[in-house]
Amino acid sequence: MSASPAYGEEKGGSGLGEPEYGHDPASGGIFSSDYKRHDDLKEMLDSNKDSLKLEAMKRIVAMIARGKNASDLFPAVVKNVACKNIEVKKLVYVYLVRYAEEQQDLALLSISTFQRGLKDPNQLIRASALRVLSSIRVPIIVPIMMLAIKEAASDMSPYVRKTAAHAIPKLYSLDSDQKDQLIEVIEKLLSDKTTLVAGSVVMAFEEVCPERIDLIHKNYRKLCNLLIDVEEWGQVVIINMLTRYARTQFLSPNQNESLLEENPEKAFYGSEEEDAKEDKPDAASLVKRKPYVMDPDHRLLLRNTKPLLQSRNAAVVMAVAQLYFHLAPKAEVGVIAKALVRLLRSHSEVQYVVLQNVATMSIKRRGMFEPYLKSFYIRSTDPTQIKILKLEVLTNLANETNISTILREFQTYIRSMDKDFVAATIQAIGRCATNIGKVRDTCLNGLVQLLSNRDELVVAESVVVIKKLLQMQPSQHSEIIKHMAKLTDNIQVPMARASILWLIGEYCEHVPKMAPDVLRKMAKSFTGEEDIVKLQVINLAAKLYLTNSKQSKLLTQYVLNLAKYDQNYDIRDRARFIRQLIVPTEKSGVLNKYAKKLFLAQKPAPILESSFKDRDHFQLGSLSHLLNTKAVGYQELPDWPDEAPDPSVRNVEEETSFPLESHIGLLGEHREVPEWTKCTSREKRKEKVEKPFYSDSEGESGPTESADSEPESVSESESESGSGSSSSSGSGSDSGSQGAESGDRSEERRKKKKGKEGPRKAFLDTAGSNPSEEEEEEQGKKGKRKKKPQHEGKGDSGSSWEEGSVSESSSSESDSGSEAEESQSEPESKRRPTPPSSKAAPKATRKGTKEISLLDLDDYRETEARGREGTCPRSPSRPVAELGILGLPEATARVTTAPPQPASSPSVVSTSLVTDLEGLSLTDTSLASTLLSPTFSAVRTHELLHRMAGEGLSVEYCFSRQPFVPDPHMVAVHIQFSNSAEAEVKGLRVCAPRLLPGIRLQEFPEIESLAPGDTASVVMGIDFSDSTQAANFQLCTHSRQFYVSIQPPVGELLAPVFMSENEFKKEQGKLTGMSEITEKLTLPDQCQSDQAIVQRVMVAANVSRVPCGADHVYRFAAKTVTSGSLVLITLERKDGARAQLTVNSEKMVIGTMLVQDVVQALAP
Amino acid sequence: MIHSLFLINSSGDIFLEKHWKSVVSRSVCDYFFEAQERATEAENVPPVIPTPHHYLLSVYRHKIFFVAVIQTEVPPLFVIEFLHRVVDTFQDYFGVCSEVVIKDNVVVVYEVLEEMLDNGFPLATESNILKELIKPPTILRTVVNTITGSTNVGDQLPTGQLSVVPWRRTGVKYTNNEAYFDVIEEIDAIIDKSGSTITAEIQGVIDACVKLTGMPDLTLSFMNPRLLDDVSFHPCVRFKRWESERILSFIPPDGNFRLLSYHVSAQNLVAIPVYVKHNINFRDSSSLGRFEITVGPKQTMGKTVEGVMVTSQMPKGVLNMSLTPSQGIHTFDPVTKLLSWDVGKINPQKLPSLKGTMSLQAGTSKPDENPTINLQFKIQQLAISGLKVNRLDMYGEKYKPFKGIKYMTKAGKFQVRT
Repeated sequence: MSASPAYGEEKGGSGLGEPEYGHDPASGGIFSSDYKRHDDLKEMLDSNKDSLKLEAMKRIVAMIARGKNASDLFPAVVKNVACKNIEVKKLVYVYLVRYAEEQQDLALLSISTFQRGLKDPNQLIRASALRVLSSIRVPIIVPIMMLAIKEAASDMSPYVRKTAAHAIPKLYSLDSDQKDQLIEVIEKLLSDKTTLVAGSVVMAFEEVCPERIDLIHKNYRKLCNLLIDVEEWGQVVIINMLTRYARTQFLSPNQNESLLEENPEKAFYGSEEEDAKEDKPDAASLVKRKPYVMDPDHRLLLRNTKPLLQSRNAAVVMAVAQLYFHLAPKAEVGVIAKALVRLLRSHSEVQYVVLQNVATMSIKRRGMFEPYLKSFYIRSTDPTQIKILKLEVLTNLANETNISTILREFQTYIRSMDKDFVAATIQAIGRCATNIGKVRDTCLNGLVQLLSNRDELVVAESVVVIKKLLQMQPSQHSEIIKHMAKLTDNIQVPMARASILWLIGEYCEHVPKMAPDVLRKMAKSFTGEEDIVKLQVINLAAKLYLTNSKQSKLLTQYVLNLAKYDQNYDIRDRARFIRQLIVPTEKSGVLNKYAKKLFLAQKPAPILESSFKDRDHFQLGSLSHLLNTKAVGYQELPDWPDEAPDPSVRNVEEETSFPLESHIGLLGEHREVPEWTKCTSREKRKEKVEKPFYSDSEGESGPTESADSEPESVSESESESGSGSSSSSGSGSDSGSQGAESGDRSEERRKKKKGKEGPRKAFLDTAGSNPSEEEEEEQGKKGKRKKKPQHEGKGDSGSSWEEGSVSESSSSESDSGSEAEESQSEPESKRRPTPPSSKAAPKATRKGTKEISLLDLDDYRETEARGREGTCPRSPSRPVAELGILGLPEATARVTTAPPQPASSPSVVSTSLVTDLEGLSLTDTSLASTLLSPTFSAVRTHELLHRMAGEGLSVEYCFSRQPFVPDPHMVAVHIQFSNSAEAEVKGLRVCAPRLLPGIRLQEFPEIESLAPGDTASVVMGIDFSDSTQAANFQLCTHSRQFYVSIQPPVGELLAPVFMSENEFKKEQGKLTGMSEITEKLTLPDQCQSDQAIVQRVMVAANVSRVPCGADHVYRFAAKTVTSGSLVLITLERKDGARAQLTVNSEKMVIGTMLVQDVVQALAP
Repeated sequence: MIHSLFLINSSGDIFLEKHWKSVVSRSVCDYFFEAQERATEAENVPPVIPTPHHYLLSVYRHKIFFVAVIQTEVPPLFVIEFLHRVVDTFQDYFGVCSEVVIKDNVVVVYEVLEEMLDNGFPLATESNILKELIKPPTILRTVVNTITGSTNVGDQLPTGQLSVVPWRRTGVKYTNNEAYFDVIEEIDAIIDKSGSTITAEIQGVIDACVKLTGMPDLTLSFMNPRLLDDVSFHPCVRFKRWESERILSFIPPDGNFRLLSYHVSAQNLVAIPVYVKHNINFRDSSSLGRFEITVGPKQTMGKTVEGVMVTSQMPKGVLNMSLTPSQGIHTFDPVTKLLSWDVGKINPQKLPSLKGTMSLQAGTSKPDENPTINLQFKIQQLAISGLKVNRLDMYGEKYKPFKGIKYMTKAGKFQVRT
């Protein structure tokens, strides 16, 4: 504690505090009265009345707050520690904590009170006793504190345990010898499962033993999962700690960038699958084979921190941002940009810190912030420090495309009244000019214009920057150099003068006439110049002497003589040195010969770079990063390890906190993570490929599930007409489908924007409680909770519930099935999202309504209907045209037929819809062909190239499930081209396929030309090598190339095999153990019938049914296309809706994915 | 983490100090004063100042510097955010946060600070919890306290911290149950000389005032949630529900709080509700300049623009201005060169204008730059983004609450370059 004159609270007593009393109007400022006043206080404290004591304590606390010394009151105050009045007690605590350190002996008097408090039955009293006890910094009580902490760490109440966690660093700072014991306590508390404790104990961990990273292993997953519910301050600490942890435990996700090129996600997805399933036996070989495998735990961290980007707390957002920056694969880092930009709206201090970090990030990842360029535009009201930081960011973001806008902005800034800012702008222009060659001349011209600015600072700064720029290409700019030479008369800023002189000297051959003249002038004013200018004058003289000695010899001599007697020794030294070097004398050595080389050597142009370059070796968001020096206690962010440490250290035996059972055969022991990790990675892949429909094809999200449109749309219309009052039930069905669609749509939006977790959630919510999905325990509960009330609420039809269900309708699909029966009788059915299906037509499932082109229509009809009804239940009438424009990426999975117009709907079809349908018309043919397919009667079409992206050319593909004749190991892919552009498309062909190893591609014959409005269809074969990795290739036309990729759902990698029941059983017997994957599921109402089940399975996968004697057992067989491994599916219906799905296959990856897809297909 | 906190007023007096660990001498603030001197304006004091043994992190609000002293590495935003939270809490407690108020309530302030941090680590920062621990002073309570000698400290032990909803105090009771939501949108824009928009964004917040008995569970849904591009939530909002359904589902804190702040995606074109016509001329030769601005409505969806206020920082060369407004009051401060014109409501039939001359310092050349015009305005009953709340439902409680939603559009950082 350093005593200052202004603040004498040391033990010397109140006398030292004297100077402060002037601030206190009550104190009177006289010694004697001061003592008297304290007597007064003591008296009050000794009285029996609580009110008097309180008054006294309040005055004392006010003294403390003003920083005055009240230590002499200690004995009087400490007596009241056991006071009954809570406020007095609290204030005494405040006092104690402040002064106990100084009055240790007396402080001990209070200890027993706290010890008693530690045993109190009330948890809050126990906690507060521990809190104060641990805050008293008296070394003698260390053992007592230690005991108290240990006891509190195993207290019943989480709140007390939290306090214990807080007490740990306090004790540690008091006595660091206790470290080992404290670590034990930390270890114990780390395993605590409550959110209340988590933040505090990690805080303690960071302060006491940040190096003991091994303590985190067992708690890693728990911390990740708890994170979202921890209070915000704890989140910051935990995230920062986990960043460090991840850096030591996982491999860099970006290490193999070059290998995987544009879609690392895809690659790692596939490999992760395998990793999850079969790396147990030979992990090492797998690692070698696969380039990079993201540890599921790594993914877990990224996934669980992402929602926190939406925290209101800037520190949390920043923490997540830095985590992503340091840990996420390059492709994913982008998500943080938006959140960081949002923080720029906050207080200027927050802006300051955020901008510093953005500046650092924008150097490494420019693309990330480019879309937000305008958010960094500068307002005249910004504080200068913010302006300069924004300028830094703008400069970092400048590239060839946006430079013109940025320069235009800069032009405005140059005229600002804030001259520091103007100077910074000029520097920024200089940097842009060096970085982007294209605009160098423009910038230079602009800067030269600034040379005639009235403000000298501006001119000077420009000169300095121009000097740097000219150095890059001097020969072209002798005009500018001449112009600048003229400026020497006016410019007074030393740095600028020096810069000009240097330029002239350096490029004197470009201005041979002027240079000696400038030197003449400078020689004249030499004595009055600044040192820096003098040095440059000497340099100029020397250079001129060497190049043009005839004219400048005498001048040089004169200058050197002047310099010889200068006051500054640097200048004297320089003069002497140069004289020896350039003026040939007898004594001068060999160096003389080289003088020219020495002075007129080619000098490299300076590189103007950001001061934020390389700052990212500090952990972003840290104090050290901000200051660009290592702060006390900064924990270095370690580099990624070369070899991943054993991931099994994070395994926890009993997974009580996160009961996630995925029955993956024998691999069931494979932790809690893989199950959903697969999902996230899959979603991510989707994100990457920008083909959201994959979710459907892989059974991710119910809504866009494939559908055999023909029968279903019929059944839909049937059910509608059957339901009598067609218009009302029609609208009901519409709203149902619209609900499905809007859910779908929001899901996709999220997928695109930020959610990789979202879709999963969405699915869970929409799909209701699928028993296999119990890993999202909470989510599931929520779903149920929501569901139940709706069912119950129906009986009494409490209006609030009804309304509730409407507002939730976008997600309440899970209910709709069960509501179906009642929907007729529901008075509110109009407003309810009830599906048209009833028991009579169980197959008229949501499938039909989910399918998109129908949806478009439905949506339209809905608005129509609503308009007629004059009600506007849920969303405002959404303009239909929007679908044509905004709905592009959503309308991905289409069924190939235009749906028959339902009777209830008027045949008014909006133009956009018409074109939509027209675009589809061609696909009818493909349907016709696939209808011939023996196994299945519908295909879903995927989009390869949207007509907007393809500039009129739209390409769709489908897996026709027909054998590909030229090569039986290939999957046949039907591709449909339709040209909706004005012009003809010529030379359509595949080129430059970039395929992952093992994948082969049989190109289709080139299509010579495709007239506008015309369509064409081809078949190509792809050997996916039994993996769901995408085949990437380019689609070339005469003028354009489009990057496209085709990714097969796992079900399409199969070819049906016919076998008898016995054969099936025999084969199944061979494929047990590791090759068997079992999953329990509940069949929804809609697929109770045999037909429905079989159909759904066959939609999901290209399999053939095995005839089977037993009821309630369905068997399907297929083999993989490439390797011909058998894939056997068994679905056994148990009593009620429960069922068990078994897939036997050597290819475990395929098996697992297939299980998921089938489960999805059977989900409601 | 946070060692100490010093509150410094604009004249450089330390009027409150609080230490959470061992005492740090207030002489450490000298470094701060140095930095303050170097930065000519208060906003330019760097938020982070390194000193040989400590680091000073400060925020400047309500003309008070809140300077936190830290000793070891800690994320700077952590401290800054916390300091802002302290200010917000004071504001919540005392209505305003000023030096006088803090000095008057120093004991409450001290008690609150004591609860907010434990050993420098945030403990209770939710105002609902704090208010349960330490009652905010009201006039009535002050009177009662003086008479009966009772206290501000809650006499019951608070339980909120222990509950699963740590942001809500327990045992809330109201006779009138009401929930009000204010959707407030601010337009940040830069308009260039010619009147075209350089950048415009909408930032919105939903502030809530919820006074509901018991433990209500609310859901708020929007007609057009897809408008919301980037959102940040009060911790009470259930992330997952939003992610999956775009519905705000939450158990609200008691009283006032900010439920949500959002950003409307930049893809949507922002309707700029006002325009400014300006003609500001400095002539090189004469010492007089012409000044003329007119403000008019544009794309206001039929609503009136009110509370219009024009401010502009004139260049240093301007000595004085003689202006006549067609409505409202204008002032020009010759020292700070700040022109402000309180226009009030815009009547579309008769557009408000401000005309006159500027007298410039003789002999100096004309300023490089025309002044930037900053605009403030308000439009009631309109959310310019078109965001609409669909419905609010309450679960978990039996009674029927009174619900209200208000929309407002305001100018945020709205600048017109001239």
